[in-house]
Amino acid sequence: MRGARRAKWAVCAIAVALAATACGGGGGESSGVVSSSWGDPQNPLEPANTNEVQGGKVMEMLFRGLKRYNPKTGAAENVVADRIETTDSQNFTVKLKGGWTFSNGESVTAKSFVDAWNYGAALGNKQKNSSFFQYIDGYDKVHPDSGTPTAKTLSGLVVKDDKTFTVKLNQKFSSWPDTLGYSAFMPLPQAFYKDHSAWLKKPVGNGPYTVDSYTKGSALKLRKWDKYPGPDPAQNDGIDLRVYTDTNTAYTDLQAGNLDLVDDVPAAQLKNVKRDLGDRYINQPAGIIQTLTFPMYEKDWGGSGEKEKLRQGISMAINREQITDEIFRKTRTPATDWTSPVLGAQGGYKAGLCGGACAFDPKKAKQLIQEAGGLPGGKMTLGYNADAGSHKDWIDAICNSINNTLGSDRACVGAPVGTFADFRNKIQSKQMTGPFRAGWQMDYPLIQNFLQPLYYTGASSNDGKFSNAGFDKLVNEANAQTDVAKAVGKFQDAEKILAQQMPAIPLWYQNGSGGYSDRITDVSLNPFSVPVYNEIKVK
Amino acid sequence: MGRYVIRRLLQMIPVFIGSTFLIFFMVYALGDPVAALFGDRAPDPATAAQIRHDLFLDQPLWKQYLHYMGQIFQGNFGTAFNGQSVTELMADAFPVTVRLTIVAIVIEMIVGVVLGVFSGLRRGRSVDTSVLLLTLVVVSIPTFVSGYVLQFLFGVQWGWAAPTVSTDAPLNELLLPGLVLALVSLAYVTRLTRTSIAENARADYVRTAIAKGLPRHRVVTRHLLRNSLIPVVTFIGTDIGALMGGAIVTERIFNIHGVGFQLYQGILRQNSPTVVGFVTILVLVFLVANLLVDLLYAVLDPRIRYA
Repeated sequence: MRGARRAKWAVCAIAVALAATACGGGGGESSGVVSSSWGDPQNPLEPANTNEVQGGKVMEMLFRGLKRYNPKTGAAENVVADRIETTDSQNFTVKLKGGWTFSNGESVTAKSFVDAWNYGAALGNKQKNSSFFQYIDGYDKVHPDSGTPTAKTLSGLVVKDDKTFTVKLNQKFSSWPDTLGYSAFMPLPQAFYKDHSAWLKKPVGNGPYTVDSYTKGSALKLRKWDKYPGPDPAQNDGIDLRVYTDTNTAYTDLQAGNLDLVDDVPAAQLKNVKRDLGDRYINQPAGIIQTLTFPMYEKDWGGSGEKEKLRQGISMAINREQITDEIFRKTRTPATDWTSPVLGAQGGYKAGLCGGACAFDPKKAKQLIQEAGGLPGGKMTLGYNADAGSHKDWIDAICNSINNTLGSDRACVGAPVGTFADFRNKIQSKQMTGPFRAGWQMDYPLIQNFLQPLYYTGASSNDGKFSNAGFDKLVNEANAQTDVAKAVGKFQDAEKILAQQMPAIPLWYQNGSGGYSDRITDVSLNPFSVPVYNEIKVK
Repeated sequence: MGRYVIRRLLQMIPVFIGSTFLIFFMVYALGDPVAALFGDRAPDPATAAQIRHDLFLDQPLWKQYLHYMGQIFQGNFGTAFNGQSVTELMADAFPVTVRLTIVAIVIEMIVGVVLGVFSGLRRGRSVDTSVLLLTLVVVSIPTFVSGYVLQFLFGVQWGWAAPTVSTDAPLNELLLPGLVLALVSLAYVTRLTRTSIAENARADYVRTAIAKGLPRHRVVTRHLLRNSLIPVVTFIGTDIGALMGGAIVTERIFNIHGVGFQLYQGILRQNSPTVVGFVTILVLVFLVANLLVDLLYAVLDPRIRYA
């Protein structure tokens, strides 16, 4: 038949195409290597420029700093640091352990840290984490708010000898050493400065892995560093990070056995995940809290007295329990304070600190809102960015909850903003007219990190422009306190002011979620919801 | 012929300038991208100002545009936010998308034309009706549905193919995504070919050819098909551009790091150099594809001559 001949020809064409390229790709999985999902990091992969989770994953594998946060407890533990001493909470002496080297053979010295920090702080290097160095003396000289820098290095950092350097802060900050596990504070080898672009193509660090190859935008192959001198060497031969644009695709790949680990289960799959993966599904608390922040600069929402009642009333009108169960399938926990359970009771987490103001109580809510004269103009909007995540679902659910409480269909509506960038611009230029969504992922597991950057007057992430002299005073006192328990107590006192003023409604604590294939074991997430890659074992 | 090509090439210049300006203007109208680089944290003003200065964002729009065009003519498409030059991104992304497009075009040409010829020659019979029905079904299924369904069936359920494409994106892994990408166009090609064949089958030159005693397959391939392919070629020509730029959905489903991926990422991050650069190249691809189509007419139909 004529048709058959044509079909044969078509088949042949495809076969030729196949033969020409067959064996070109494929997973090529070597036995001990774990493949893991990844998102394209937004910024170049360098410590002081990495401010989001995707780049953070790589930093965690490539670097070890003075301290590291224990993957289980979140406690800051000395790694490269032998000890960090202070008598006045302002002047610190850092002593390093011996034996640490970078994977190119260069040893890790006091200079490796001081140079790296000076690089991160300098304005001309445009590092996105530069504000992490703001407590070090001389920061205003190398990184002025306007104009050109008048110094090249931080005057507060002095190298004493190979293994010792001193740090002078510009204020008292007793828990400052505990911030040093953040990626901005990692040491850098001299190769970083000598040939910066080559280093960025193939970063060199002092962590348990080395970079084998890096194809920007698609894959990063890390291999175990056999001569790693640290206490936590990799238990597998390497990690292949693969960029996925769609978490659904990564999940499909996991199901097909084409991928070993996903660290973000897509919302649409949450109802199937138990059946698909069984006990290979991870769902554990992470240091992330979601809030609804009020624009305190708007006279409709800010201020005390009646407006306090209004803000508290709205908080009580939200049925957190129902939303976390129905929409998030228990991957979120209703929040009852402004911190996170990963801090632990000793670290300052206190369940129920918010009290009745964070509990669902429609009667009381309606009464409070009415006492405050009702919603401003009879309605409210909830701002969110529509480009990522499933924000629309839960924003609508919150609005429903509020509408039901008030017995009106049109009291609350969502107000989507097209892109995250636009959303952030609107917030920063104080254009929000109603409460808006805010998420906070901790930089380090300290109660200070959940309060000061968000609610201190003029702080960098104080999006609602909340300002309260009493709160500021308590935070300052807490920072000056050398005794950890007392400092935590002060922070909690400050938190009680938030409960009363309600500048931001705590919604829920976010869990980290993930799933893995039956090829690997010992998979867990750290408090930052990043997989603890070096502990993963391959069967 | 030569003069015609030169005239067409010259016409491309205003189109090129106009379209780049429009895209540039639209991307920049989205607003300031710098804030998003800092995540949920408010950017430190001094660092943000420095970044804006380096990206030329502190200049008025027309100056930015002139600066950008000046760069382009030196072969520099600017730098993406992750520190990679856009030319580098293009060198990574375009070969992948070109391969995907080729797979899709080959599938839609072969399958589409063959099906079209069969149903066109057997107009009104059962083959024709079933092909008609089949194409209707295919046209009405959106790409993301067919993409996810085929990916799940072939990739997860039956395990015949990897559900996603690896970094190098070799041709064999691109067969499934290519098929998904080709499906809708394939239906159009089938129907265009069918109509055209059915019309021309009664033309005088076909009757002459048959009367001359030529074998049937020769009549169909040399006389009938060649003349009937003109609308199909037009469609495929424009489709090349559409497939290259419009593969965003398919590339996302199968995790292919091609042009669609870069555009998507660029738009989300308001990374104007990436978006403008890629779209500019896509505009060029469209223009060139259209020129080639016009030239092909002359090859297919001897009556068409360009002066």
